[in-house]
Amino acid sequence: MRNAFASELTALAAEDPRLVLLSGDIGNKLFDPFRAAHPERFLNCGVAEANMVGVAAGLALSGFRPITYTIASFATLRCFEQIRVDVCYHQLPVIIVGVGAGLSYAANGATHHACEDLACLRALPYMTVVAPGDAWEVRAALREAIALGGPVYLRLGKKGEATVHREVPPLVIGRGLTIRTGEDVCLLSTGTMLPAVLAAADRLAPLGVSASVVSHHTIKPLDEALLADAFDRYALVVTVEEHSLIGGLGSAVAEWLADRPAPRARLLRLGTADTFLHHAGGQDYARGCFGLTEDQIAARVLDARQVGAKDRVLH
Amino acid sequence: MELPTPLPVTDLEATARHIRGRLVEMSHRAGVPHLGSSLSCVDMLVAAYWGGLAIDPAAPADPDRDRLILSKGHAATTLYAALACRGYFPEAALEAFAEPGGSLPEHPSPRCAPGVEAATGSLGHGLSIGLGMALAGRLQGRAYRTLVVMSDGECNEGSVWEAAMLAAAQRLERLAVVIDYNKWQATGRSNEVMALSPLREKWTAFGWEACEIDGHDVAALVARLRRVPDGSGRPVAIVAHTVKGRGVSFMEDDNNWHYRTPSAAELAQARAELGLV
Repeated sequence: MRNAFASELTALAAEDPRLVLLSGDIGNKLFDPFRAAHPERFLNCGVAEANMVGVAAGLALSGFRPITYTIASFATLRCFEQIRVDVCYHQLPVIIVGVGAGLSYAANGATHHACEDLACLRALPYMTVVAPGDAWEVRAALREAIALGGPVYLRLGKKGEATVHREVPPLVIGRGLTIRTGEDVCLLSTGTMLPAVLAAADRLAPLGVSASVVSHHTIKPLDEALLADAFDRYALVVTVEEHSLIGGLGSAVAEWLADRPAPRARLLRLGTADTFLHHAGGQDYARGCFGLTEDQIAARVLDARQVGAKDRVLH
Repeated sequence: MELPTPLPVTDLEATARHIRGRLVEMSHRAGVPHLGSSLSCVDMLVAAYWGGLAIDPAAPADPDRDRLILSKGHAATTLYAALACRGYFPEAALEAFAEPGGSLPEHPSPRCAPGVEAATGSLGHGLSIGLGMALAGRLQGRAYRTLVVMSDGECNEGSVWEAAMLAAAQRLERLAVVIDYNKWQATGRSNEVMALSPLREKWTAFGWEACEIDGHDVAALVARLRRVPDGSGRPVAIVAHTVKGRGVSFMEDDNNWHYRTPSAAELAQARAELGLV
């Protein structure tokens, strides 16, 4: 995802002289093409995220479209108040890009995990929160975020993830992308979980469970039309995210659901637990700790369906 | 945009007294604190808006204007009163300061009045924003300068020093800060709460062209602001020695006036001392 981001941004900057890239001293070599093409519009702000966000606000107040880039946990939480005051309060067109969504950098330890960023950022007024599902979605989301002209948090994975699309999809911020249509359950994936969720749907098919898969890339604003349809049409709607169950997509959907008349579908939320991981291990291992591997997702969907079936018999 | 011809010092001092009277009135009427902090930075704002900066109250969005960010947003009354007196908006609007539903909150909100460049109130933000504006000017090939007015207590914030290092690395010679060094912060002496002193040396060590100045000497402030950039190639830090509560005898250097608001009798006495009766 990060390579797609860097290459898309380099191309877009050639067309749009307002784009300025601010880096928090990461992206060694990643931005060499950007720097070669637009040296004056790349600024390494050092290991100083709070200042970087304020600088972005000052640039935006002067007509530029700045993009801040660093590891997701630092890009959001370290400088949360600068994002709140300098960017959101002023309603400025600043794109905060966090790389290493969720457990992408699991091996680095919990300092580098980003499982609370969605919760924090979506609480901010005027903020749009987008977590693309693959590298192609990243390209589309970046274009859309620039066109939006307000504060956006763009949450990226790392590099080399499996892709789902074969070209830039018709991604619209605030509208889920339906990847596959099924009959029984609706799997709402956000961000980096998308390939695993599709694989889980593949596991479920031979077991007689037909699953829709949606890349619900925008956490804020929610695609309310899509949700309304899903909760009416299916027996089970499942949110899957590499993020805490406190405050992410599952929370956002649950909040939305709580204010509606009784829906047909039951909601199952899959995400990370309210704990830090203290031991070593990469992304696959960490996902396994939280029940987020493709096998675990399929098994938990099956379990939820069986519980639902039992409920119906009892009634 | 051109720098204006400086006014006679006596005119500047009269303007500063007039603004101080406004501040005491506004604090009294609205029951809003931070009067001591507002009084200590009057002269630096008078110096900036009346001779130090290239600005035009009739064209507050001119892309070539010099920028002033009041990073110590708790002194909002000084900013509002200075802008009104300078002609950015009618002085009568000051009477609605902090009124429910009004456009002038206790800390400046975004675009709350012509001439307000940034919302502030959380300390340690203004210098980073000003740095971004200075970078923008350089990218656009504009000659404007950016001035950030900070408090000494604000220098507690780590983000100030993040910005200081980046501004020096970028050699942003059109960026300047004035630090209202009134030796107090909310609950104690600013050199005791944290080791602020030696303040000028800190800015020098961080790569800035730093000087110390009497923060109530309007003419000296005007002269120094007009010399930004000063040929050093470095951003400019003006450590302005001030007295909290300056201009009203019973408020001077008394930190109770960080939170107290004046009674009617105190307002009358203050106005008398300022020669406004």
